[in-house]
Amino acid sequence: MKLLTGNDLVSGAVTWWTGNGWSIHVEDAADVGEHGEAILHAEEGARRVNAPYIIDALPTENGPRPAHIKDRIRALGPTVRTDLTLKPADPTAGDWII
Amino acid sequence: MYKYDNYDQAMVDARVAEFRDQINRRIAGEMTEDQFKPLRLMNGLYLQLHAYMLRVAIPYGTLDSRQMRMLAHIARKYDRDYGHFTTRQNIQYNWIKLEDCADILEELATVEMHAIQTSGNCIRNISSDQYAGAAADEVTDPRPWAELLRQWSTFHPEFSYLPRKFKIAVIASYEDRAAMRLHDIGLELVRKDGELGARVFVGGGMGRTPMIAPEINPFVKADDLLSYLEACLRVYNRYGRRDNMYKARIKILIHEIGADEYRRQVAEEFTHVKTLGIDPPLAELERISAFFAPPAYDAANVEPDRNDPDFALWLDQNVKPHKQAGYAIVNISLKPIGGIPGDATSAQIDVMADLAEKYSFDELRVTHAQNIVLPHVAKRDLYAVWQALRDAELADANLDLISDIIACPGLDYCSLANARSIPVAQKIATRFADMDRQRDLGELKLKISGCINACGHHHAGHIGILGVDKKGVENYQLTFGGSGAEDVSIGKIIGPGFDEDGVVDAVEKATEVYKALRKGDERFVDTYRRVGLEPFKEAIYG
Repeated sequence: MKLLTGNDLVSGAVTWWTGNGWSIHVEDAADVGEHGEAILHAEEGARRVNAPYIIDALPTENGPRPAHIKDRIRALGPTVRTDLTLKPADPTAGDWII
Repeated sequence: MYKYDNYDQAMVDARVAEFRDQINRRIAGEMTEDQFKPLRLMNGLYLQLHAYMLRVAIPYGTLDSRQMRMLAHIARKYDRDYGHFTTRQNIQYNWIKLEDCADILEELATVEMHAIQTSGNCIRNISSDQYAGAAADEVTDPRPWAELLRQWSTFHPEFSYLPRKFKIAVIASYEDRAAMRLHDIGLELVRKDGELGARVFVGGGMGRTPMIAPEINPFVKADDLLSYLEACLRVYNRYGRRDNMYKARIKILIHEIGADEYRRQVAEEFTHVKTLGIDPPLAELERISAFFAPPAYDAANVEPDRNDPDFALWLDQNVKPHKQAGYAIVNISLKPIGGIPGDATSAQIDVMADLAEKYSFDELRVTHAQNIVLPHVAKRDLYAVWQALRDAELADANLDLISDIIACPGLDYCSLANARSIPVAQKIATRFADMDRQRDLGELKLKISGCINACGHHHAGHIGILGVDKKGVENYQLTFGGSGAEDVSIGKIIGPGFDEDGVVDAVEKATEVYKALRKGDERFVDTYRRVGLEPFKEAIYG
């Protein structure tokens, strides 16, 4: 599957295209299939996202898992500061990255 | 400490106002990211993995307690309660919101700080010796010259769009604590027949093509220094490879045309530049130098009581001789075992500011090794300083030991990185946590970069580690034999790479080989240079 991701213009937070908007949670990301480039250009033009790009991901029962470690780190947060990730209460959340 | 005059302050204030307007236009949708990106980079604002990152300049690594407290305040109010001190003696904040950036810069400007020259293809923040003004072996204080270079380079109209970024270091001691020859220009201030001048090295650097700067001029008189540097930059600006960013640094130009030809062109340009009156009048030099006058030393030369063994250990490892009897240089390690190299919480930053104000004539330094220095501490106060540092978890006695690791932010934060650096540093430091073991190994400079851009200085590590992306999996190459000091050298790759745990094991095996083969007081790097790579390869790869 293909995901569209970028950073929020104002906050800089990592965001994922959900099909009708943006979410900071990769679990909400939608498969953009062959439409990624078109959505990317439209959203970039609307100034809603910064530096968007399309990535490969694998569907899992817990939602999409980006294919590359870099995007998995983007999705959760730094592996060395679990308190600063999106799941600070889950000490095993980082296992999903590696 | 240099204090801004009205011109300095006006320039910084104007830049803040200009950038505030640019940010507002970007948020309002009046500018695209392509239009905005070069503007934000000129103000130190990057877009990293998780958020915007703001890199704040600390010119030649020198700051006072008021500025240090402001750094803590920024971390607390606008970021996530910590900052990351970098290998260019700056500080980075990793979680900045675009909408806050102008306010942050406005607050920084109130204490004579900014984020200018921390990005872009300009002359970057000038770096220097963290012991400047305190080192017994310096021929002069390099800071007035570093400040002069800062003033010369800031907003220099001819050098704001160089082929590539440009880094200058200035030192004034034979002992090189600033990796001087791994800069685009390295200056070593020297005296010749009593006259002050500089050895000028040009064309060094790390990155994907590491090079040691050759000496371009053995002695440029201090009166000619700015003109000579202007000539150095002009030749580069004219002929640097703007067609290929990977070949655009001055080191490539000098490598391609040769040091002799570069030297000839600089000399030719210098004869022209010297007529332009760039070098400052003596009165201006004296004005700047006055800001760096020695503090009012008044302490008796009293040796501290060494009865507390932990304090004694810290004294032996982290406290260095001062040129003034009765005083010492205190190194504060930002490398706790298992911690993140270079990170400090806002509370810790405040503690260091308080200690500087109370015990170090209000001065602090940031080192390129990502530590902090209190440059002028009376020996009578060392125990009190140590106790306060210990209470703030800042008293690790590991300066220059294997756990005093330089590490870039790596793939945990950096959008350019290929692999994580910090977890490797944490695992190595933890493996060697035993202080007796570390001290037995002696000086061992281990440096880790998460990509070929080498922000973690791995080329200059006695042991260097480079993280690479091997088909989507982190992999780590080992290099041995590098040094950023006066025995400067570039490390060599020892063989195939390792996974994260494998590289920690390989480092441990290398230390065992060193212990078995060392002679006398040899450091790891000395033994490696004497015996060569083979014994290490045999132990590591079998």
